[in-house]
Amino acid sequence: MMSDVVEMARLMQGNEAVVEGALAAGVRFYAGYPITPSTEIAELMAERLPALGGKFIQMEDEIASMAAVIGASLAGVKALTATSGPGFSLKQENIGFAAMAEIPCVIVNVQRWGPSTGIPTAPAQGDVMQARWGTHGDHPVIVLCPASVREAYLLAIRAVNLSEKYRVPVILLMDEVIGHMRERVVLPRAKEVEVIERKKPSVEPKDYYPYRPGDDGVPPMASFGEGYRYHVTGLVHDEKGNPTTDPQVAESLLLRLHRKIYDHLDDVVSVEGYQLEDAEVTVVAYGAAARSAKRAVKEARAAGIKAGLLRPVTIWPFPEKEVAELAGRVRHIIVAEMNLGQLKGEVERAVRGRVGVSGVNRVNGELITFEEILSAIREVALDAQSG
Amino acid sequence: MEETLEFRLSGSGGQGLILAGVILAEAAIREGKNAVQAQSYGPEARGGASKAEVIISEGEIDYPKVVLPDVVLAMSQDAADKYAVRVKKGGLLIIDNTYVKNIPATSARVYALPISRLAREKVGKEMVANIVALGILAGLTGAVSRRTLEEAVLSRIPRGTESLNLKALELGFEMARTFTVKVPA
Repeated sequence: MMSDVVEMARLMQGNEAVVEGALAAGVRFYAGYPITPSTEIAELMAERLPALGGKFIQMEDEIASMAAVIGASLAGVKALTATSGPGFSLKQENIGFAAMAEIPCVIVNVQRWGPSTGIPTAPAQGDVMQARWGTHGDHPVIVLCPASVREAYLLAIRAVNLSEKYRVPVILLMDEVIGHMRERVVLPRAKEVEVIERKKPSVEPKDYYPYRPGDDGVPPMASFGEGYRYHVTGLVHDEKGNPTTDPQVAESLLLRLHRKIYDHLDDVVSVEGYQLEDAEVTVVAYGAAARSAKRAVKEARAAGIKAGLLRPVTIWPFPEKEVAELAGRVRHIIVAEMNLGQLKGEVERAVRGRVGVSGVNRVNGELITFEEILSAIREVALDAQSG
Repeated sequence: MEETLEFRLSGSGGQGLILAGVILAEAAIREGKNAVQAQSYGPEARGGASKAEVIISEGEIDYPKVVLPDVVLAMSQDAADKYAVRVKKGGLLIIDNTYVKNIPATSARVYALPISRLAREKVGKEMVANIVALGILAGLTGAVSRRTLEEAVLSRIPRGTESLNLKALELGFEMARTFTVKVPA
């Protein structure tokens, strides 16, 4: 049997796993402004990067951190930053620039209670919509959401890979629970990790069109300093990178930015199902809330209720097809999240009224409990019996 | 569900409870078990309330927070007041009576021990009270073996403090054997 894992189990923290995953994926630049509950990522990057020939910079603020990450990526280095709500807000303008100028980069947001400075040490999932729409304009973005320490490692790698492959900012949307908890992990060997590099131009500098896409909608990217001179701007630009207000160019640029992600949903979107085969009531949950949901489903099963769990691993683009497919076979969907229903709205949109959707929500700064999800499952099961 | 043990280590910031939780989880993993360690803390770095939770199980641990602990360690009066009532019936409440003067009513078996005082007097540094407490906890519950706990301690402490910490652990096991004072519930 081929095995892709090292035998040795380790006790690892979620934030630590992000660092190890990012480094395994080839990240060699970090610029950030430490903030609870993401601080361990900065701390560990500061320790690990210099030893690998990488660079760590503590910047004056989050805006500058995001700008430095963009600059590093333009120079050809895989770059990442980590923050939490207040810092994530500040980074939005430059995240939009990265989306527009198609600069690969990864932003980790370890969510804490908000709005504003809220509760620095308390978990929440209030940034689901901000991750999608935080920066202005009709931009594409990819958002991944880990539910375990091991998955924090794997999704850090995947975030870097997807950002390089599609030249798009990728957001690793964590929460305080997953960021701070330590658990037993068995990780793949570093050399068995699939690492994707951005496409480079194969033409001479004089023939290079920095924004002329390949068949996949993604233009090859030259690193600054390699002899390819080109213009990078947040303004609408032509294939040469020069600004224009031409409506046709503007439209085709925006459509291409979308197409390069939405034409590859099979590659970008993933979900995990648990006990879905015969499930009559299905919980949809992501991140830390999915841990509570899984225990609730197990306890419901033990009590004879046919419950299941659908866990979006990619939350943006929203797994519309996977959720819509549930509508045809389950009696009811419960969306459990630590906000007032941000992803529930997307679930409702996907199922188009073909099945009932209700929410279990917790916004007091504590992890949503399995008991409250279990009692929602029981209610649905009782209704079904009496109905 | 498979056999699961839940621990809540509580006290004040600066008492090293999160490190104690990490070491306990590390020891469990070294024994081939699953373990999850989660924490919560007040806004202050030192002096605020601090709580580390550890779940040890033979099976998969989905929900990462302690529901009703089998074992509670309380190293401050505040912690004892808050958590003494939330222990599994017949579970263990280990009290540091250096700081906890009033033991709240509880359905747990209570062990009141001068953890911080003896760390100071017998090991020479109150700083290692967390390691003394780990020795007591392991000695009383058998949740992890002494050998793996020693390995776990050595893997998680600063270099140069090995003998100090091993001495603290030894004191903890000794207290578990001889110093236990059972207080009626």
